[in-house]
Amino acid sequence: MAESLNAKITALFDEPGCDTNVAKGEKARKKGCSKPLQPGAAAGGCAFDGAKIALQPITDVVHLVHGPLACEGNGWDNRHAATSGPELYRIGATTDITETDIIMGNGEKRLYRAIREVIERYTPPAIFVYSTCVPALIGDDINAVCHHATEKFGTPCIPINAPGFVGSKNLGNKLAGETLLDHVIGTMEPERSTPTDINILGEYNLSGELWQVKPLLEQLGIRLNACITGDARYHEVATAHRARVNMMVCSTALINVARKMEERWGIPYFEGSFYGIGDTSDALRNLARMLVARGAEADLIDRTEGLIKAEEQRAWSRLEPYRERLAGKRVLLYTGGVKSWSIVSALQEMGMVIVSTSVRKSTDNDKQKIKDLMGGDAHMVSSIPPREMYAQLRRGDADILLSGGRTQFVALKARTPWLDINQERHHAFAGYDGMVTLVRELDASLSNPVWEDVRRLAPWEQEDGEAEFDDEGVPALVPIG
Amino acid sequence: MATVIQRRKAVSLNPLKSSAPLGAALAYLGIEKGIPLFHGAQGCTSFALVLSVRHFKEAIPLQTTAMDEVATCWGGASNLEEALLTLARRMKPGFIGVATTALVETRGEDSEGDLRLIMERNPELAETKVVLASTPDYAGALEDGWASATTAIINRLVEPWSPSIRSFQQINVLPGVHQTPVDIEALREIIESFGFYPVILPDVSYSLDGHIAESWVPTSLGGTSLSEIANMARAVHTIAIGEHMRTPADTLTAMTGVPATVFPTLTGLEPSDRLVSLLARLSLKPVPGRLRRHRAQLVDAMLDGHFHFGGKKVAIAADPDLLFSLSQFFAGMGASVVTAIASTGGNRNLQRIPVENVIVGDLMDLEDGAAQAGADLLVTHSHGRQAAARLGVPLMRVGFPIFDRLGVSHEETVGYRGTRSLIFRVANQFLSESHEHRPEDFGSAIPAPVITTEEGRHASGTFATH
Repeated sequence: MAESLNAKITALFDEPGCDTNVAKGEKARKKGCSKPLQPGAAAGGCAFDGAKIALQPITDVVHLVHGPLACEGNGWDNRHAATSGPELYRIGATTDITETDIIMGNGEKRLYRAIREVIERYTPPAIFVYSTCVPALIGDDINAVCHHATEKFGTPCIPINAPGFVGSKNLGNKLAGETLLDHVIGTMEPERSTPTDINILGEYNLSGELWQVKPLLEQLGIRLNACITGDARYHEVATAHRARVNMMVCSTALINVARKMEERWGIPYFEGSFYGIGDTSDALRNLARMLVARGAEADLIDRTEGLIKAEEQRAWSRLEPYRERLAGKRVLLYTGGVKSWSIVSALQEMGMVIVSTSVRKSTDNDKQKIKDLMGGDAHMVSSIPPREMYAQLRRGDADILLSGGRTQFVALKARTPWLDINQERHHAFAGYDGMVTLVRELDASLSNPVWEDVRRLAPWEQEDGEAEFDDEGVPALVPIG
Repeated sequence: MATVIQRRKAVSLNPLKSSAPLGAALAYLGIEKGIPLFHGAQGCTSFALVLSVRHFKEAIPLQTTAMDEVATCWGGASNLEEALLTLARRMKPGFIGVATTALVETRGEDSEGDLRLIMERNPELAETKVVLASTPDYAGALEDGWASATTAIINRLVEPWSPSIRSFQQINVLPGVHQTPVDIEALREIIESFGFYPVILPDVSYSLDGHIAESWVPTSLGGTSLSEIANMARAVHTIAIGEHMRTPADTLTAMTGVPATVFPTLTGLEPSDRLVSLLARLSLKPVPGRLRRHRAQLVDAMLDGHFHFGGKKVAIAADPDLLFSLSQFFAGMGASVVTAIASTGGNRNLQRIPVENVIVGDLMDLEDGAAQAGADLLVTHSHGRQAAARLGVPLMRVGFPIFDRLGVSHEETVGYRGTRSLIFRVANQFLSESHEHRPEDFGSAIPAPVITTEEGRHASGTFATH
């Protein structure tokens, strides 16, 4: 692996913007924060996966994966990062290197030709070129190929060095962020710039969630300069350095980008969330306050408060009809990070009981918020093995599981309602409207008559051995004739 | 005779292929109490896992040796050992199927040798059967991985013929990766109806069919039992489906002396007839009434359905054996296959596809070919949705992965009954696209010249089609 990549990873692990890292001693800090994976019991994506997730939502570029088939072939066009225009990003482009390429060392040539073919066919504003394990192992220099191709064709070719074996999905997110800092952000100047320009970092517009938030910003006259990277265009990301404030949404994923943009261009950032009613309001408040501090009109703050008041009122009144239906229902919240607490208050407001929430990927800050909300850490759990979770749900410890796709079948096989709140979800849950959608979906799931039906034993499976099937009035079968 | 053309493009746009280790994993999932294990970085497993879950809508027990940077530099043997020990301890599987990935294969690791040493020095693995198939992602595709894994299972677990083995009314079946769980169920019924006991390897009919179990099972939910595999030498005959199953079939024959028949396809009237007459001949029994009735229904379906196939232009992209099977089916029903794209080029049946050129390529080749030929129907997996949307042509989903439709495991395609339902599926697709005739459909009032083209014949056909 290239020296520079090693140095980059070491630097990433020593992130001064990360509270956990700052709290560590000198020695622990040097060790970095990658957790060793246990062979045979590991779950989750690799660094390449993480890099791709973070950058793929840039819609008008071609994402070209340099590697054997599986890296792109098994994973393309698989998330619901929505676009308001260009569809180029959905194309699965890969060099699909073969045995001969590997043995003969043809990888770099093949990559160069692939870049040329893509430019000839699509003339994109840029090409994002991803390295994977095998090219990294045989020493393909994708930086050099990209550099050469950029000069030759005049189309920026952005090298993303995050081969799978270097680490986790989260590390891949950060390496993707580094790539943007090194090669994209600040390379173009915007046509216009206003005192209320902001960037949102770590929002990928899954199922169109950005569009649940954007109208709120527009009502306040806040201009979204770049969303990094949901529904983004290349030039938006390239001009992101002219924004006044950065909001960081997915707490740890792109913290390096936020901090370095502050260092380089003096753009202050804050960490916020658009999940939950209170959190959405807080985020808007922070945005207004920070923009005013950076020269926006002072009345922005009052206008924001006005909007918050109206929107909160509207949201709660829309939620009201569900309160009676949902009160007392028990929720097992199995996610991580921000979501482990950000939707809790809305659920509690509905009278729902949080049986427990998982804190696998949560920071100390997240955990404190859970304690504040739910009183004590009795409800915090780390990871639950599938068999254990199945037993809990089968026993009826919770009425519904809110989690990501990985645990979907644990709930369903235990004949328990389940709602997807992670990246593969089909519903948008952001902002005020999103919380109403979430509650509506919760209700739809919980009130579905199918649960009662599927939990019923077959008539011949009744415990006393007697068929409880009520056959009164059913004509007996008699031979015809 | 079709010419097989290997594209010389450097870039693959919208890949058609799924990788070989994934094919191997699917085969391993057809073994009772089995767990597939990828020997590679954790991303290799994660991508394959997510894709399989989306296709089957089931929890898939797929694990990884989680090769990190250190293991990549020093070699993966200790990761493989730790993974096997962890799985044996935590999940108590009866069977672990290892599939290597591009990462360890590029390093040139002797995984087979590593595995032998690991098994020797770890008595706690004695209860678990472990099989390893070499399936680098950079060679072959789904069919190759499936076949390699099946061959590896046969090599490792089948007891070779010996004089003590008694022949039994058993038929071995080696299905291709393109057979759905319900296809396998159907084959089992057909074989049983002749009084035979079928041993199907791999058997995904119970592990990937989607059903609710009584408790949480961390391994595969069903599949071929290890004792059945060991006893494959007892069979009177082996039936393999698809050219990619020839190597496993040959291997099995060499070990057991059981003769094998490789069916290029079991979709269509004639291939189904061949299967049924083989079974009748082997069993010395008459063809059961139920099968005769299914045949009669299929013939009727062909008559009802042919109106909707005639003159239609179909573009197909699939793994070679599925491509062959579907091309034969469409051509046999009167449609013309205008574009045929194969994921890999080694299969000799590709040359028998009724089309001028078979292109070894990707879904962009399908899209370009279909656009040029003015295809009426695209036939490929779910990723064809982009092409279908851009071209405004309906997409029939076949093969793997199908992640945007339910009930994939229950789409029957083999035998009389499977062919019948396939005909109805396609015909209904065409029917839903049909439109009311309008004056402009019929050209000007000037008498038309003598009709010679394909389309012309169709337009003046004697049957009313709408």
